[in-house]
Amino acid sequence: MIAEAGLASLWLAAGLAALQMLLAFISFRGAIDRGRQMRGVAVVQGVLTLISFVMLLLVFARTDLSVALVAENSHSAKPFIYKVAAAWGNHEGSMLMWVTVLAVAGAILALYSRRTSERTLVAALGAQAALAIGFYAFLLIASNPFARLFPAPLEGQGFNPLLQDPGLAFHPPTLYFGYVGLSVGFSLAVGALLTGEVDSRLARAMRPWVLGAWVLLTLGITAGSYWAYYELGWGGWWFWDPVENASLMPWLAATALLHSINVLAARGALKAWTMMLAVIAFSMSMVGTFLVRSGVLTSVHAFAIDPQRGAFLLVLLALYVGAAFTLFAVRAPALREGAPFELVSRETGLVVNNLILSVILGTVFVGTLYPLFVEAVSGEKLSVGAPYFNAVAGPLALILALLVGVGPLLSWRRQSRPVLRRLVAPALIGATMLVITVIVAPGISMLARAGLAVGAYLIAASIVPLTGRNPLRAPLQTWGMVVAHCGMGIALVGAAANAAFTTERLAVAQLGETLKVGPWLVQLQSVRPAAGKNWTALEAKLFASRGQGRVTLRPETRYFTNPQAETNEAAIVTFWNGQLYTVLGKADPSGGWQLRLWWKPFVTLIWLGGALIALGGALAMAGRIHWRRKRTGSEWKRR
Amino acid sequence: MSKPLRFLPLALLALLVAGLVWRLATPGNSNVSSKMDGQPVPVFNLAAAVPGIPGLASSDLAGGQPHLVNFFASWCVPCATEAGVLAQLKGRGVAIDGIAIRDRPDDVARFLARYGDPYERIGSDTRSQVQIALGSSGVPESFVVDGRGIIRYQHIGPIDADEVPMILARLGQAK
Repeated sequence: MIAEAGLASLWLAAGLAALQMLLAFISFRGAIDRGRQMRGVAVVQGVLTLISFVMLLLVFARTDLSVALVAENSHSAKPFIYKVAAAWGNHEGSMLMWVTVLAVAGAILALYSRRTSERTLVAALGAQAALAIGFYAFLLIASNPFARLFPAPLEGQGFNPLLQDPGLAFHPPTLYFGYVGLSVGFSLAVGALLTGEVDSRLARAMRPWVLGAWVLLTLGITAGSYWAYYELGWGGWWFWDPVENASLMPWLAATALLHSINVLAARGALKAWTMMLAVIAFSMSMVGTFLVRSGVLTSVHAFAIDPQRGAFLLVLLALYVGAAFTLFAVRAPALREGAPFELVSRETGLVVNNLILSVILGTVFVGTLYPLFVEAVSGEKLSVGAPYFNAVAGPLALILALLVGVGPLLSWRRQSRPVLRRLVAPALIGATMLVITVIVAPGISMLARAGLAVGAYLIAASIVPLTGRNPLRAPLQTWGMVVAHCGMGIALVGAAANAAFTTERLAVAQLGETLKVGPWLVQLQSVRPAAGKNWTALEAKLFASRGQGRVTLRPETRYFTNPQAETNEAAIVTFWNGQLYTVLGKADPSGGWQLRLWWKPFVTLIWLGGALIALGGALAMAGRIHWRRKRTGSEWKRR
Repeated sequence: MSKPLRFLPLALLALLVAGLVWRLATPGNSNVSSKMDGQPVPVFNLAAAVPGIPGLASSDLAGGQPHLVNFFASWCVPCATEAGVLAQLKGRGVAIDGIAIRDRPDDVARFLARYGDPYERIGSDTRSQVQIALGSSGVPESFVVDGRGIIRYQHIGPIDADEVPMILARLGQAK
């Protein structure tokens, strides 16, 4: 009955979404104000989808094999956490999660949003309902997660072992919350374009949503990058894979948006541009979902692909994005731009930031879809790989990083005092780093060297906004900005150090043999069998040392039984100055074992930086909400 | 904002959707076409694999008539299943030449006796050198070579009975 209850709540929620859209239409036409009822409907709709999702979790937790989805994706002999995680580790379940987040976000918007005008909110809730209806239809018609299987099989088919990892339990949900959180920005933008009330109030209403979604996207991307790094056993942290790009594109758009939103909030400027970005950010989320779910692009992430569903998603994408773009084309000319600003001002700084981020976004977008278009036009097959992306996005990111040091020091409207003086110390730090790398490591690539220097400069420059006043009295959002910008510098240093100084060793080692990688001597002690709940493994024991002391690593090759598959579990030890990364390969006919060893100096800084960026976003969000509460009274009076 | 500019996003979206529709409508043929297509057959001269049937040289393939060059081996099980299809092709008037890979004359003779002999010529490639030169990685594999000795098509794996019309069409185009 659990599955049926889940399905029933989903149908009810879909009905309520239709009602919500109807109410929005009536209210918007000005006949009767249905704002109150709409809020109620939105909340109930959110609760119903939540119930539906909990029902899905329950069926998976109990391994109810009469539900087709469970039978296809789970197995009774599986650790409990992966039984639950399997609920969203497949197409139907992940789409249900998508819709749940969408509806719950709509409910929260209905409950707490007091910042925009009622008319804009009504229009935004209508837009949110319109979005939801499409995805309910998609679930109920093309991807019912609760379909029964009769007769029920005796055992499930198991779950892709690559996905049986704590990282998976949290990576996709985090990303989904981020993806779908942007839907509120989209709906608010559509609402505001409909009413024409694109102003600083709207920006303030939108900001916490964009910040929240952005924080989760940042965390999701960072976690996904680390997951790929240790689980795939390739030693890389970013592959420019289409699906990785699919998560990066909404992030880039959201990053640009949360900067331009500040201009709209503080100065009432960049109206059309900010609305465009809000539409694009969520559109990129939909494009991302489409790319992952339709399998149109070849990818290592092609876990669940189906062209029919792809067609359905494409229709939704074209409909929603097309409608929003049309609305934009019709309404944008009516938006009057706000207060003017001079060439050297914070506004200009943020415009430049937006331009560079947009160019990077365009670069990634074109690179991801280029193979598709070339094949459509000329029939030729090709793939766009890391060299293109690194060569184009790398230098742009460096220019952006240089300017990130400057932007926060500019004041709104017009900068009268010279700014560059405050950046002397950071510039010297960057130059020192440059000189050190030239002396210590003359052979590294230009891009990596520049990355190290610019990263060091940015770490120092990011702190400058806190100097010259009591840092403890600086607003929380200033701290958030400083932490996020500093995180960007740290991640840059990590990525550059990893690119420049990684040493790799691939060799066949006999038992007892010692291999050298970087400063490390690694000795193969033994290879023994090991076993887990649903796998057996060969586990190597390695002793590694540099000078004194010794660490033990145990890389494994795991053999899963349901379904049959083989995965490499890398063994990684982290030190303050890098990671030693070891992978056990196949047995060699000579009686030795293939070993793959990496010494990756400062690689952890990449994810530390990512985490700091997310933390900065969270601080800024806390600051904005707090600041709003304190200042609401006076703000309203002044108006 | 100028008039054409505000319709730009819509135009780009239309382009994107068109591309994606095309992709969904022509679900990818994941076959990558051979790099040898359009290349002349490398020069080789192979001795006879069995007594009584002449060996094969690259010059034999430039006689003005399209050929099907089939890599096979007596130790290859799929080659045995393919033999019936080759016989069928021969019945349709296709000139088939064989290259036996890492094989012994006795074994090849026994193979031909048991599964039939569709070949006009059979060269013996005891060290896979010609096979490598032609960019073939296993047996069975077949190449359609046109009358001027240019490779027109590489078929990896056994030719299926369903694929006979396709192979005939390729040979027809190679004339």
